[in-house]
Amino acid sequence: MAESTPGAAGAQDERRIDETTGVETTGHVWDGIEELNKPLPRWWLWTFYATVIWSLGYVIAYPAWPLINTATEGVLGWNSRQAVADDLAAAEADRQTFIDQIRELPLEEIRADEALMQVAFRGGQSAFKVNCVQCHGSGAEGSVGYPNLNDDAWIWGGTLEDIHTTILHGIRHEPDPDTRLSDMLAFGRDEFLDAAQISDTTQYVLSLSGADHDAAAASAGEMIYVENCAACHAEDGSGTPELGAPALNDAVWLYGGSAEIIEAQIYEPRHGVMPGWTGRLDPVVIKQLALYVHALGGGQMTSDAETAN
Amino acid sequence: MGKLTDETFAAGGAVETLDADAVNSRNERSLYAARVKVFPQAVTGTFRRLKWWIMAVTLGIYWVTPWIRWDRGPNAPDQAVLVDLANRRFYFAFIEIWPQEFYYVAGLLIMAGLGLFLVTSVVGRAWCGYTCPQTVWTDLYIAVEDFIEGDRNARMRLDKAPWGLEKIRKRVSVHALWILIAIATGGAWVFYFADAPSLAVDLATLEAPPVAYMTIAILTFTTYVFAGFMREQVCTYMCPWPRIQGAMLDEDSLIVTYNDWRGEQRSRHQKKAMREGRDVGDCVDCNACVAVCPMGIDIRDGQQLECITCALCIDACDNIMDKVGKPRGLIAYSTLKDYNLHHATATTSGREAARDEQRRVSVSHVARPRTLIYLGLWTLVGVAMLVTLLLRDRLDVNVLHERNPLFVTLADGSIRNTYAVKVLNMELGPRTFSVELQDLPGAVMWYAGAEDQRGTAFEVAVEPNRVRELRVFVTAPAGFQGVDDFAFVVTDQKAGETVRAAAQLHGPQP
Repeated sequence: MAESTPGAAGAQDERRIDETTGVETTGHVWDGIEELNKPLPRWWLWTFYATVIWSLGYVIAYPAWPLINTATEGVLGWNSRQAVADDLAAAEADRQTFIDQIRELPLEEIRADEALMQVAFRGGQSAFKVNCVQCHGSGAEGSVGYPNLNDDAWIWGGTLEDIHTTILHGIRHEPDPDTRLSDMLAFGRDEFLDAAQISDTTQYVLSLSGADHDAAAASAGEMIYVENCAACHAEDGSGTPELGAPALNDAVWLYGGSAEIIEAQIYEPRHGVMPGWTGRLDPVVIKQLALYVHALGGGQMTSDAETAN
Repeated sequence: MGKLTDETFAAGGAVETLDADAVNSRNERSLYAARVKVFPQAVTGTFRRLKWWIMAVTLGIYWVTPWIRWDRGPNAPDQAVLVDLANRRFYFAFIEIWPQEFYYVAGLLIMAGLGLFLVTSVVGRAWCGYTCPQTVWTDLYIAVEDFIEGDRNARMRLDKAPWGLEKIRKRVSVHALWILIAIATGGAWVFYFADAPSLAVDLATLEAPPVAYMTIAILTFTTYVFAGFMREQVCTYMCPWPRIQGAMLDEDSLIVTYNDWRGEQRSRHQKKAMREGRDVGDCVDCNACVAVCPMGIDIRDGQQLECITCALCIDACDNIMDKVGKPRGLIAYSTLKDYNLHHATATTSGREAARDEQRRVSVSHVARPRTLIYLGLWTLVGVAMLVTLLLRDRLDVNVLHERNPLFVTLADGSIRNTYAVKVLNMELGPRTFSVELQDLPGAVMWYAGAEDQRGTAFEVAVEPNRVRELRVFVTAPAGFQGVDDFAFVVTDQKAGETVRAAAQLHGPQP
């Protein structure tokens, strides 16, 4: 084939037999350098023909020719979107026995089953990365106003059931009648306490966790705390998870543990909101999330679980 | 062959001159012409017998190995040699290799490399000529051709003959046998990667995984094409090894040598030439060495890239020398040093003296610094591998510190870090390990799933031949700051095997 290739237009007359090799040139001359008209290696040529034949079959069998809005479908009917869907369905089918078990079994039983817990943990981890990291952070480490889920301080309770309920119904999530609701009064804004009283109460709150505080002011604040705060936060400051009243005697602070921030919180409290996930996520995914968050290290044991262990 | 005239007989009629062309010799071969088919003639002799034996042994090893059983108990496969890709294990008799121990395979490859250097520096391209799969399978395919179509002349005639019933029958038989051998070749390969008996059943009942059939199909195709059609072209054009081996030869390497100091001037009509007073060498120019060459070259042109040193020309020439009553060794294994020596002797004292000298085979070229260094290195690597293999841990621990978040402050002010601890039980029975905290006073730890067992140590059971991943929490008392180095010490109490895995505990910046 290459022997009959015509040279560049007007270069016909430059074709000649090369004296050294006895081979005809193509007639192409670049800066005095001429090209010998050598045939292609046979294996190369046959490979080329084979690829041509292969491509003919390929464009018939597979989607190939672009049309205006779509493309030819190919007689095999294969397309990449369907292939992905099939792969996902196959993966889903592989997981199905685990998923069914997670759907049916109580949370504590799943936690006790190491193999099942492994699946639930990974499932919860991936669901967390999609739905929860926006507020709670990619490592569930939280930030100001968004609780750290790794620690063992829980505003609304840290047992599996507590966490599960929180995820199902959310916190102050108005559309859900079962949502977790609590409202700390705005003691300053609504003039229940004056500035000096708030300052004294703050010093007392600081003293509960053993932080640096003004002892005189704290003892003045003690009575105010007992009258106004202890009902929810408890006299020793240990909080009441059922009411969403956080412990004030520990090392973990949602908004910060400085006097200014505590004062601001008493004057006009900020209230965090978390959506409920019922209806938005599959119940299995919500269970996996509860198990994942619980397993991050701070999950509390129910008395049942403790006896089971 | 034409009619028998004076021209067709050499050495006064004792030996038939063969009409053999060295189609791949440098002078005849053009890179731009189609390949000329080589029809090697069958030959008998020492090296041919050696090659049959090597073929039987190498093919036997290839086909039999996957079927050898090796009892490893209930927790591991009972196949002596198994590359278990799905479970990432490599079994070789009593040795089991995990992926992270792949350096043993690297060590074996280094030994194979050094071994080839050693063999090549002593006996030249022995790998190419005797044991290379391309050579062995091509040899087998030529034997099939020879069996069905007959020897060289019959095959050449058949090749030129027009298509007829006879030609179709013979060609179909040859190709059917070739394809059968190719399928057996491709088919044996997959048995190294799965339990051979059950895979064989699956293959027969069409229930084996598609990749098994694909692998067999590809290897069947390559065997059929490489050994049936491409043959010497694979060695000459595709394989980089001849270049490497050729570069490793030196003047002390044994290579297949045409002793031209003895053979030249070659003459077909020796008596006539002698009568005419011309100088006559031992070569009767019968072309037997060319006719038997599977590479299509003429060894009398000297050492050349195409020569795989299969030594069949030595057998062919020895047979001729026997017939004409001359001593063997006109074509022989010789070193360049010896060749030069003989050449000089022949020039100064005549062929007879050089031939006598040739009989005294010197072995000094085997043990010389180069080969001893290769042997030393080869032994060193082998011993080092053996020692590490015998002393290697069958328990391994990997610790990965959770870095998001790096640490967590708990309600009581204590600082908790999280670690993914992987405990590898590389033995074939279940084991229980104790995991202890070292160099971290005051800290306690536990793992997810065993929250009630808090302390400075816990026990964990790991299934045979498995990895167990634990999420381990380590808590330092309130007030911990900065970074502290410590270690997890994992011990098999029964075997006394201990592994220490270093880790760091992080807290708030001081």
